[in-house]
Amino acid sequence: MTALVLLEIENGAVRQASRSAVAAAGAFGTVDVLVLGHGAEAAARLPGVTRVLHAEALSDALAEPAAALLADIASGYTHIIGAATATGKNILPRLAGLLDVQPIPDVIAINDADTFIRPIYAGNALATVRSSDSIKVITIRGANFDPVASEGGAATVEAVAFNAASQVNAAELLSVNLSTSERPELESARVVISGGKGLKDAENFKLLEPIADKLGAAIGASRAAVDSGFAPNEMQVGQTGKIVAPELYIAVGLSGAIQHLAGMKDSRVIVAINLDPEAPIFRVADYGLVADLFTVLPELESAL
Amino acid sequence: MKVLVPIKRVVDYNVKVRVSADGSGVDTQGVKMSMNPFDEIAVEEGIRLRESGAAKEVVVVTIGAQAAQDVLRTAMAMGADRAILVKTDETLEPRAVANALKAIIERENPGIVSMGKQAIDDDMNATGQILAAKLGWPQATFASKVTINGERAEVTREIDGGSATYGVPLPAIITADLRLNEPRYASLPNIMKARKKPLETLELSSLNVDTASRLTTISVAEPAERQAGVMLNSVAELVEKLKTEAKVI
Amino acid sequence: MTEIERDEMEFDVVVVGGGPAGLSAAIRLKQISPDLNVCLIEKGSEIGAHIVSGAVIEPRALEELLPDWRQTDAPLRTEVSEEQVLFLTEKRAFPIPGLNLVMPHMTNHGNFVVSLGEVCRWLGEQAEALGVEIYPGFSGAQLHIEDGRVTGIVTGDMGIERDGTHGPNFTPGMILRARQTILTEGARGSLSAHAMKHFNLRDGVEPQTYGLGIKEVWEIPEENHRPGFVQHSFGWPLDDSTYGGAWLYHFGKNLVSYGFVTGLDYKNPHLSPFEEMQRTKNHPAFRPHFEGGKRIIYGARALSEGGVQSLPRLTFPGGVLAGDSAGFVNVPKIKGTHTAMKSGMLAAEAVADALNKNEPQALGLEERLRNSWLWTELHGVRNIRPAFAKWGAKLGALYAGIDSMLLRGRAPWTLHHPHADHETLRPAAKTAPIAYPKPDHKVTFDRVSSVFLSGTNHEENQPIHLKLRDPAKWLPVNHTLYDSPESRYCPAGVYEQEQKSATEWDLRINAQNCVHCKTCDIKDPTQNIEWCTPEGSGGPNYPVGM
Ligand SMILES: Cc1cc2nc3c(=O)[nH]c(=O)nc-3n(C[C@H](O)[C@H](O)[C@H](O)COP(=O)(O)OP(=O)(O)OC[C@H]3O[C@@H](n4cnc5c(N)ncnc54)[C@H](O)[C@@H]3O)c2cc1C
Ligand SMILES: Cc1cc2nc3c(=O)[nH]c(=O)nc-3n(C[C@H](O)[C@H](O)[C@H](O)COP(=O)(O)OP(=O)(O)OC[C@H]3O[C@@H](n4cnc5c(N)ncnc54)[C@H](O)[C@@H]3O)c2cc1C
Ligand SMILES: Cc1cc2nc3c(=O)[nH]c(=O)nc-3n(C[C@H](O)[C@H](O)[C@H](O)COP(=O)(O)OP(=O)(O)OC[C@H]3O[C@@H](n4cnc5c(N)ncnc54)[C@H](O)[C@@H]3O)c2cc1C
Ligand code: SF4
Repeated sequence: MTALVLLEIENGAVRQASRSAVAAAGAFGTVDVLVLGHGAEAAARLPGVTRVLHAEALSDALAEPAAALLADIASGYTHIIGAATATGKNILPRLAGLLDVQPIPDVIAINDADTFIRPIYAGNALATVRSSDSIKVITIRGANFDPVASEGGAATVEAVAFNAASQVNAAELLSVNLSTSERPELESARVVISGGKGLKDAENFKLLEPIADKLGAAIGASRAAVDSGFAPNEMQVGQTGKIVAPELYIAVGLSGAIQHLAGMKDSRVIVAINLDPEAPIFRVADYGLVADLFTVLPELESAL
Repeated sequence: MKVLVPIKRVVDYNVKVRVSADGSGVDTQGVKMSMNPFDEIAVEEGIRLRESGAAKEVVVVTIGAQAAQDVLRTAMAMGADRAILVKTDETLEPRAVANALKAIIERENPGIVSMGKQAIDDDMNATGQILAAKLGWPQATFASKVTINGERAEVTREIDGGSATYGVPLPAIITADLRLNEPRYASLPNIMKARKKPLETLELSSLNVDTASRLTTISVAEPAERQAGVMLNSVAELVEKLKTEAKVI
Repeated sequence: MTEIERDEMEFDVVVVGGGPAGLSAAIRLKQISPDLNVCLIEKGSEIGAHIVSGAVIEPRALEELLPDWRQTDAPLRTEVSEEQVLFLTEKRAFPIPGLNLVMPHMTNHGNFVVSLGEVCRWLGEQAEALGVEIYPGFSGAQLHIEDGRVTGIVTGDMGIERDGTHGPNFTPGMILRARQTILTEGARGSLSAHAMKHFNLRDGVEPQTYGLGIKEVWEIPEENHRPGFVQHSFGWPLDDSTYGGAWLYHFGKNLVSYGFVTGLDYKNPHLSPFEEMQRTKNHPAFRPHFEGGKRIIYGARALSEGGVQSLPRLTFPGGVLAGDSAGFVNVPKIKGTHTAMKSGMLAAEAVADALNKNEPQALGLEERLRNSWLWTELHGVRNIRPAFAKWGAKLGALYAGIDSMLLRGRAPWTLHHPHADHETLRPAAKTAPIAYPKPDHKVTFDRVSSVFLSGTNHEENQPIHLKLRDPAKWLPVNHTLYDSPESRYCPAGVYEQEQKSATEWDLRINAQNCVHCKTCDIKDPTQNIEWCTPEGSGGPNYPVGM
């Protein structure tokens, strides 16, 4: 069995989500990767990768030619894998359409070569599904697979030509507008620090900012904090706010009501800082600190 | 130009789904069903295109049981002109749905297929892309803005870390993201009027397409509850743990 | 605000509220006159979404409305098989012996344990099949009154922003004109209140009194499930002067309906109906039923407890009241479904008659009522609830036994409801605080995690639907005198008193949590809380099973 992983490159490096996909692909035997545009060298250094296929003329920003190329080279593979990112979710289902197979998105666990676990109903249930397709097209949830390291491998690089690109009926990329704000977006941030009513007022809520800056974190809020005017609506995390699943979620002065948990319980690591040892947030936190946030926050800022 | 909007009837957004006791699936017996929220956005976009003069007609289609005509009526109450119910009692995978939609599209010849990026029950986020591939059409997934210039659409898509704008030759598939628009309410007078709009019903089998399943659900389980971790005594300890144990900072 | 232009639509009859009363009325109308065009609106997002009930129901009215219901798929599947009434002390439970003699009103032979929401959904299907136009997701916001006569209703506006301005999706409510309007909003309906006030329907009758019912549905292990098992309790944890008690019914597929009714004439402002219901689950007579189970639904609703003494006049020019909007509940039985249905049917008959004769007011309703079993039934039990209020739980129960067994409900006297529920609270300083146990998160829970299981939501941007008429009153009255009883009686945690500084306190209103039980509208000591109907579809979304 051989798996092919579609890699995403960002600033010359392989994105973490793609490295998680490579880690997951290891379960299926030999791993080849495909790089569109730049970044083949970085890909070649990934541990566990045998071959890097490099299509320099293409870009992962365009699903139509990318899927067409993948379909061209698919026959050598049992599994074609991408990260469950906006890019992966754009390209891989299209590939599945070209191959006439049923894609298996958002895989969080691999039972065997045909059997996968994936969340349904916004993560409220986990389905174990078996695929009867000869080529499995899969996207992988990064948070559930420890990524392979960025360095350590020495794969061969082979150029792949894709001549039919001009014949593909495709959209044309006009412009890219990456958000320039210092702060990452809440839903895609690697670290989120959220504050609740325990921060007492809008002025205090700003105590989260220097810490967020140091961690490169997005800032979230509980509904009580939003309703009390400490933070704008867009920052609300929870059932009626944003759903986030960062690597690290730091909950400061929020009780962890079930409606809040609904928006962050899938975070990889949860830290809770709260005065009340009985606060429900501690029932989901990996690390808890029963302490006054007004002493903890300045300490944390200087410790980072 | 015609806009075709495929819509799906799903367990309502507000319902807390429960995994059935025997682990065979999710209990949907008698629970409230509604139009997939992303599809409401897709319907709204279709109506706006018609209102702006870019499109002439908005047709909604669903593949589902007889009861799925509710959501077609809702879409018509929002402003869609007519509806097609492709009737089946089976639950279809996106591949099968795409095959059925392709047959409808070949009959209706829409200039734009506006659909939801994802259905909130199975969260596949796949039907639009598969359909685009099968038709050989361009796709603009996760759209947050759509404008039409003659034979082309200009679509802003949500990508990781920002957005990107594409020129999309028509016909094309556009899948709606949350920020595309805020769907209107179906007002009571419009709901009343929608009862009189045309709704065509046809059997899925009459389309003669492959709707076989490629996935078998072996079991459905509730996610394991998160366990409480450890209580720490100081900020220094916390930072240490995050660095060395959790390796997240 | 400027006058909004509204669409209009004409019907023969508009029914407001899709509970058992409204649906029965609509069905009856179409049975009598299939040509009438009948429209029913329901504020819940679908029929059944806002229904809370025990629910052991008597099939009597259903038998009359749809005689062949047993041959259909009607969701009355679990017949009562075992029953007991318990008097509780803190640790022990004493079954009431000879139930059918001393408390004949508490016996349930031939009754069914159901999900009333499911029954309503089914009744809704029957009504639609007869041609009733049903519109869920739309609330009746105002009565439409012209020349001293109700000529229909106005549905709520949608898409008004928090600050009262019209948002981009503003959709004005619509006038639903009707020759007759049937108000079946359940307990404490807002249009019903308006009609009673406008037409003085309550002049000369006793105040309505209420109970707050808080309910949970549990799914329990199959081996512990006893389909048709019915248990009621009174006594602990309430003190003798507070009316109330718990129920526990096994029904459906491994489901248990558990709940607790607290009479809203309670006096101690420290009392929390929610915590009373939670702690009762810890009693040895209840706790074993929940072990190994999982709580799946939560909800709450007020019900009328005044009985016939508190029934208003039922008709007014252009309309009628029926069901719990008027107060048709058999209180000692805690049953209001068959009575709501019957009153809806009677209302429909009177309305059809008035339409036929082209009369503005369905005056024949009162006579139809007095000639029906509904009147006999309610009149027979009229003294039991006031006896509990007057003499407390133990003596009240004794009186109930005497009234039922010896006098068979024909006592020559009628006991009264001297006070409305908002008048009964005593100052916090003069009453004993109650120490409630903390939730164990297995069998007992807190409010926020409970509300989660009601599926409650309100579109976020709309104006707050709960307001203080006079905000300045809250601090001296609610906070200082009564220690903020709303923060305890509200079963959804809508009200929280917040300390701003050493001396400053404020009331926080989490209107989004509201499960529409109407308790605050009933119990606020100065009637200072205004409950407006929020945007249609808002509020709880009770699933099947509730
Ligand atoms: C339909 C519905 C939808 C909802 N949606 C959401 C949602 O999307 N997101 C959401 O967050 N909520 C939501 N809620 C509200 C939710 O139920 C809670 O009310 C809310 O999350 C509470 O916010 P909080 O934790 O900030 O406030 P609180 O519960 O008041 O908690 C404040 C916490 O701060 C702690 N604290 C106080 N002072 C200090 C100090 N000096 N140092 C350390 N700790 C301190 C306290 O111990 C307490 O635990 C929703 C509710 C409903 C009914
Ligand atoms: C774990 C799992 C197991 C499954 N097991 C089986 C099985 O054993 N047998 C089986 O037959 N099926 C099975 N299915 C298929 C399943 O029931 C769904 O119908 C299918 O996954 C559709 O996915 P989706 O709706 O999430 O599509 P998405 O791709 O997320 O939907 C995107 C958009 O496509 C459009 N769309 C989707 N469905 C329709 C429709 N019916 N009509 C019109 N437009 C539509 C809408 O615009 C929607 O917004 C399974 C699915 C999953 C996830
Ligand atoms: C906790 C509890 C337990 C009970 N247990 C039992 C029992 O075991 N057996 C029994 O027989 N009875 C029981 N009852 C009583 C019984 O449920 C009620 O008496 C009965 O439901 C009343 O029916 P109704 O149609 O009058 O009102 P409801 O059932 O209250 O229905 C009114 C409907 O109107 C809608 N509505 C209200 N206002 C508007 C508006 N302005 N616009 C649009 N729609 C509106 C509501 O959303 C609701 O759906 C119980 C009640 C409670 C609260
Ligand atoms: S706010 Fe009033 S009506 Fe709403 S749940 Fe609380 S007490 Fe009931």
